This record gives sequence, C-alpha cells and structure tokens, in this order.
Amino acid sequence: MADLLSILPQQLVFGVTLGMVYGLIALGYTMVYGVLFMINFAHGDVFMIGAYMGWAVLVAVIDAKVMPINPLLVVPLMMLPAMLFAGVIGLGLERLAYRPLYLRGATRLGPLISAIGASIFLQNSVMLTEGARMKVLATYRVFPRDWRFDILGVNVSVLVLVIAGIAGIMMWGLNALVQRTTLGRSMRAVAEDREIAAVMGVNVWGVVATTFFVGSALGGAAGVLVGLYYTQIDFFMGYSAGLKAFTAAVLGGIGNIRGAMLGGLILGIVESLASTLINPAFKDAISFAVLILVLVFRPGGILGEALPDWKRV
Amino acid sequence: MRELGQRWRRPFHGSLAVLCLLIPVVVPNDYVMGVIARICLYAVLALGLNIVVGFAGLLDLGYVAFFGIGSYVYAFLASPQFGLHLPFIVALPIVILATAISGILIGAPTLRLRGDYLAIVTLGFGEITYIMLINLDRPINITGGPSGIIRIDPPSFLGFALERNDQYYYLFLLLLGLALLASKRLRDSRIGWAWQAIREDELAAQAMGVNTTRAKLQAFAMGASFAGIGGSLLASWQRSVFPDNFLFTESVNILAMVILGGMGNLLAVILGAAVIVALPEIFRDFQLYRLFAFGLMLMVLMIFRPNGLMSFEAKPPREEAEPQGELAAEPDPGASSR
Amino acid sequence: MLRLEKIMTYYGSIAALKDVSLEIGKGEVVCLLGGNASGKSTTMKTVLGLVKPRSGSVTFAGERIDGLDTQAIVSKGISLVPEARRLFGRMTVWENLAMGAYTRRDRPPAEFEEDVARVYGLFPRLKERRDQYAGTLSGGEQQMVAISRALMARPQLLLMDEPSMGLAPVFVDQVFDIIQTINRQGTTILVVEQNASVALSIAHRGYVLQNGRIVMADSAAALLRADGVRRAYLGEA
Repeated sequence: MADLLSILPQQLVFGVTLGMVYGLIALGYTMVYGVLFMINFAHGDVFMIGAYMGWAVLVAVIDAKVMPINPLLVVPLMMLPAMLFAGVIGLGLERLAYRPLYLRGATRLGPLISAIGASIFLQNSVMLTEGARMKVLATYRVFPRDWRFDILGVNVSVLVLVIAGIAGIMMWGLNALVQRTTLGRSMRAVAEDREIAAVMGVNVWGVVATTFFVGSALGGAAGVLVGLYYTQIDFFMGYSAGLKAFTAAVLGGIGNIRGAMLGGLILGIVESLASTLINPAFKDAISFAVLILVLVFRPGGILGEALPDWKRV
Repeated sequence: MRELGQRWRRPFHGSLAVLCLLIPVVVPNDYVMGVIARICLYAVLALGLNIVVGFAGLLDLGYVAFFGIGSYVYAFLASPQFGLHLPFIVALPIVILATAISGILIGAPTLRLRGDYLAIVTLGFGEITYIMLINLDRPINITGGPSGIIRIDPPSFLGFALERNDQYYYLFLLLLGLALLASKRLRDSRIGWAWQAIREDELAAQAMGVNTTRAKLQAFAMGASFAGIGGSLLASWQRSVFPDNFLFTESVNILAMVILGGMGNLLAVILGAAVIVALPEIFRDFQLYRLFAFGLMLMVLMIFRPNGLMSFEAKPPREEAEPQGELAAEPDPGASSR
Repeated sequence: MLRLEKIMTYYGSIAALKDVSLEIGKGEVVCLLGGNASGKSTTMKTVLGLVKPRSGSVTFAGERIDGLDTQAIVSKGISLVPEARRLFGRMTVWENLAMGAYTRRDRPPAEFEEDVARVYGLFPRLKERRDQYAGTLSGGEQQMVAISRALMARPQLLLMDEPSMGLAPVFVDQVFDIIQTINRQGTTILVVEQNASVALSIAHRGYVLQNGRIVMADSAAALLRADGVRRAYLGEA
C-alpha cells in the first residue's frame, strides 16, 4: 500500500499529461460536433496519421545524422508537417465523405456510417503503405532517459513537461482563436445558429471546413506527442484513443471547447489512477464505463452542452 | 430485389427452399460447404441486427457483444469448462434466454439517447464485453482468457453428432429458416409497426400511444436472441470460442450486411450476408485490400444512396424546400427525447 | 430597389407562395401583411436565398439575386432582423454587433466604431449591456440588439420579420418609432407583420398576403381604410 501511495504523485503527473493529450484530441470531436452535430468517427485515425507523420520526420532526422539532436528543433519539425497533413486529411473528409451527404439531406445515421467507412479506409491505407507492424520512435535520442528533474518532490521527465507544455499552448491558442478573433466568432455563430450565421454573411461551409482543419490539426499534434511518449505506434491506435477522446469531449459537454479540455484532464487522471489502483487491464473498460455513465445520466456533460438553442433567442 | 407479383411469391419461395435443400448435393467439397454454412450463420446474425437497426432504427454498433455472450454461454453449457455437457436442444433455449436478457440490460441505458450517442454507447458495451471476455480468467477462470474455451461439444441429435460441413449446413439452414420466419412475423405484427413508427419519428410514435420503452427493449432483446442463436452455432461448429472472434470489426461486418441488403427486404439481408462472407473467399489474393475496399465502399454507398437505404433512413428534411448550396434544414435532435 | 416577380416557392409539393409580385422603391417603408401561414416568412426566406423559388425572379438594385447563396445576397446590402430575434445567445451584445458587421469586416475599424456609436445612439441601453450575454436580456432589449445587429451592416435594404412579436404594446410603439427613424436616416425597409395597424401607421405602402397570394396592394393610407384589410385578418384560415 505504501508502494502505491509513493507512486501516486508520479501517476498524477502522468495522468494530467495524458489528460491534456486527450483534451487535444477531444477538441477535434467537440468542434466538429458543434458545427455539424455529427461524431467524426474518423477523427481518431487523423490522430494516428499525425503520429505516423511525426515518426517519419523523426526517422529522417536521425538518418540525416545531424548531431547533437536539438529537441527544440526536432519537435516543431515533427509537429508542423503532422499537423498540416492531418488538417488536410480532415478537410478531405469533410469535403468528400460528409458534405455530399448533408447537401443531399441525409439524416444522422448516414454520415455516421460514412465516418465509420472513412475510419476503416484511413486505417487500412496506412496499413497498406506502412505495413501492419508497429513503428518505433527513437524518442530517447532526442530526450535522453536521464533528462529528468524533481519538481515538488515528484520526479518528472523533460519529455512529459514538453508534452504538457505544447498541449497547453495549443489549447490556449485555440481558446484565443475562438474567443477573440473574427474567425472564431464566426465559428461560434455557425455552431449556435447556422441559418442566421449565413444571414450575417458568413460562408458557412467555409467555416465548417476550417473547423475540420483546425480540429484535425490538433488531433495530428496529439498524435506526434503520443508517439514520442509511448515510442510505439500502429495503424490501429486511433480507434481506442479516439473513443477515449470522445469520452472526454462528452464528459466536458459536447460542443463546448473548454469542456473538452476539462473532460480530457479528468479522464486522463481517472484512467491513470484507476490503472494504478485497480487492474491496468481494465483501464480501457473503465473509460468506456465512464462514457456510458455520462451519456446515460448526464448527457450534457459537466460544463453543459454547447448546442444551438432550439428555442430561438 | 424486384417485387414479384403476389401470385408468384409462394412458388418462388417454395422453389428457393427446395434449392437450398439440394445445395449439398451439387456442391463439390466440404470446404465450399463450410463457406455456405458460414453464410447461413451470419445471415441469422444479420437478420437479428436487422431487427434492431432496420426495423426499429436503433444504430447498434456493439452487436458483436450479444454474439460473444451467446457463444460463450453455449461454451459454458457444453464443454469441459464447467463440466456441463448439455445437448444442443437444451442449451440453445438457455442461450437465447441469456442473450435476450443481456439485450435488455444493454438496451436499457440507451433508451433516452440520440442516434449518435446510442451508437457510441452500444459500441462501448461491445468493447467492455470484449475486455471482460479476455480478462475474466483471473482469479477465477470463467472465460478462459485470451485462449478462450476449447473442446466444445458438437451438436448431437439422438446420439448422432454432427461432423461434416453439409450436416452442419442443414442445421444452420433450419435455424435460418426459423429466423427468417420469425423476422417476417415480427415485421408484420403490431410490434413491427411500433418499431417502424419509432424509426420514422419517435416523438410522433409516443404521441400515438406507442410504448417506446417497451418496444425498444423488445427490439434489443429479439435482436440479441438471434445473435444468441448465431453464437450457439458458432461455438458448436468451431468447437471453440476466442475473444478475438468478437471484435468491433465484426459488428461493422454484420452492420454492412444489413446495410447492403437493407431495403427492408429480408431476403436481401441474407444476400448481403452472402456477399460479405463470400467475397473474401473469392478474392483470396486480395485479402490485404479487403478492409480498405470495404471502407471505401461504405463511404461511396452513403454518398450515392444515403436515403435509399429505406429501412433505416428517415425521410428527407420535412419542412424546407430545396436549399441547394445551403445546408439542409436543421435535423431534429435525433429520434429520442430526453 | 427590390422587386419580386411572379414568385412560386414550394415546400416539397406544397406551394407556399403563388405568383407573388411586389416592389419596393428606394427610401420607402413597405409592409407585407398577413396572418399565420400566409407566406410572409417564406417571402423573406426567398429574398434572402434561404429557400429557392421554383419560378419567378427576385431583383435587387437591378441585379437578379434569386439564384444566389444567402451569403452573396446579404453582401449586396440586405440585412435581416429575424422573427423572434434569433440572437447568438452565447455571445455578448457587443459580439452580436460584431457579427452583424461581418460583411464589413474588411473595412477600416473606424467605420465599425462609427456604426457602434450610431447604434448606441439609437439604443442607449445597449451600451450599458455591451458585455452581457445576449441570452440573458429581456425581450425588448433583445429586439434592440437584433435591430442594431442588422444595422451594423449599413444595409441598403432592411428586412424585418414580425418586429412586434412577443413584445409588450408599449415596446411595440417604441420599436416602430425607431423603424421610422431608421428609414428617415436613409434605409429602405420591408416590414413583415401581423399587427396591421401599427405597421401601416409608419409605412408608405403595403401588400396583403393570404394563403401565399397577394390579395391587396395599395398605399398605407388606403389599406388602413379598406374593409378588405379587416377581412383579411378575420377571414384567415
């Protein structure tokens, strides 16, 4: 028992970091749900693609044999192409797999099934091009294992700090974008009342596309971070990460951006604690149980859904 | 499938039935019989999911959970795992009961959920089931863990145990026939109408006095019990069950069978099962590309026939005139109220 | 400035507007009267491109707009004060105004400030409430925001969909006074209303819609006197 208690702070730190990453992925779900009221089932796979992009860049960097490898350069170098590529994939999904359905008046089940198809398609595209075996990231070439230090008595690795830092910056950036820019306002307007937003002159489909791009780019970023931390990635990783991130989004209140961040944090901590205190094999089951409990008993999530008012203001 | 005139229906179905009975006579080998038997098994599953998704409009993404529960319960009843060796005829009703109950248990939390959320919750239950199956071998060995349960008894009737695939085929065919009959009866019954009403517009159905709670639970229970039958067939045929038989991809497969066939036409659903099971066999060399093509197909299908799958798409937006270039009218908040 | 000619708009197979023709000249206040389900809102939606007519034409400032997207139509200088306000409740008053100015977002910021000042001049109360969430305002205040939001776009044509709906009578008078003021400042206005008397009191001309058809068209004064106007409301289906 004393053993458990002693590693608890460590696990908490890990849980917070994990939670921030979940939050990043969850943002993509919640933003898309906010504008289109659909669950982008393929979002987890965009995250996976980001991870693969990051891996590819890291391999290229290491092969180029530039020593010493400076993490300040390498991490952005991994993240930018990953985010861009993920964002473009997101744009493609919106334009090719979802928009045609909405223009023809499809109801919710059609887009969801198309999303499932897209998810399978993306997973297998990666499997066919990169092979079914997992890829390993040589994270420790960039972040040596002994590069850790003590903060408030907890021994934390620099890698964890970097991950938490990047995730934090991105979330702050998104919040600033949404709250303070014209683009952000137009996104909120479309999410709240699509028709009136159009009447204000907003290019609604343009905003939807932008939402997909930004949400997917964030998911791609999360992919790079996860790849760096766990050092191994495979084409199926998007599935469970996606479900958990979706849980986080719902937990915080679907459509609510701050909710997604909060939900991510909570889920990360809960999962980390649960796997320490209870059997780690069941940690996924616990996430799903959380999801089911939230959806059944408090579908609005903690901060409340940010869905359009069906009663007009 | 084209609608045949009423006069030709009976003879058509009759000849179909006779053809099915004669299949083992014309089919060359045991392997091919095995594929055909597998088609029948999955057809039962597809018909079961068709009740939930096609009739009642409840998008269940975790249907494989019932399949797994059915298989494992059968394994509990007819293998060395617990020392029980009940005959098929006795075990089957027990499995059906067990899966029906699990259907109610899993369906109950979903009653008030919107379409997408219902899908995700059922998906979650499917995953939880898988995790249970793979992990409940400690501290007490219930499910046999990742290595599953083996040495399950084959079905035996009057001392005669099934061995060859064509024998299994007749058993599967019999159960498929019963499942088909049951589906038809259900569809044309009062509960069937209730399901359709719920599928089209749940609020309106409630307003008309339909007890939507009971109807939805019945849909889950019926669908699950079909999966229980399928599970029993799988367990007694494969003579073993493993957790990896019951992954999410299997739920998607079965859903695809319902979608492909999904004109509300029961025979078409069976055809869908045949296509999904047989295609990988025909294109063995392209196994690697199977899922890739499958994913692509789902997307394309939804684009070109999004409302054409009439067994579970609601009518196009009710009020607005054609808003081309503009987004379609706000979808109502899904079929469920809260 | 705005002309509808022989508009036929359908919802599915039901004709909501049958052969509707009307005209609004620059600087006028024209009202479109009718009871429920007469087609008033459909007319608005047709002008804005939210629904497309099956036949007929909509011309604005000499240009045909009936095939265009809503966003394009609005950019040409038409603004809407929607029925039941439809503010962005989760945004502040100021943010709603900013959204109203969306079509002018590339203009110099000084113009935005001018427009905000003008709007606060019309509705001083809004200045106090600028950082309040629009969803928390009273009905009358929301109407002020809705009108201001539409004005932020410096529209040449302002469409108002049932501005009196849900407002206490004293507010209704205030609102219509403001509408008259806005018109005198140079904006052409089309008001769709059920409350015929107050609408006609500030309008130059009016049309009466019944079951999707224009049944009367005349100067406001003439309409106020006409029996038909009374009949059009009592005889409503």
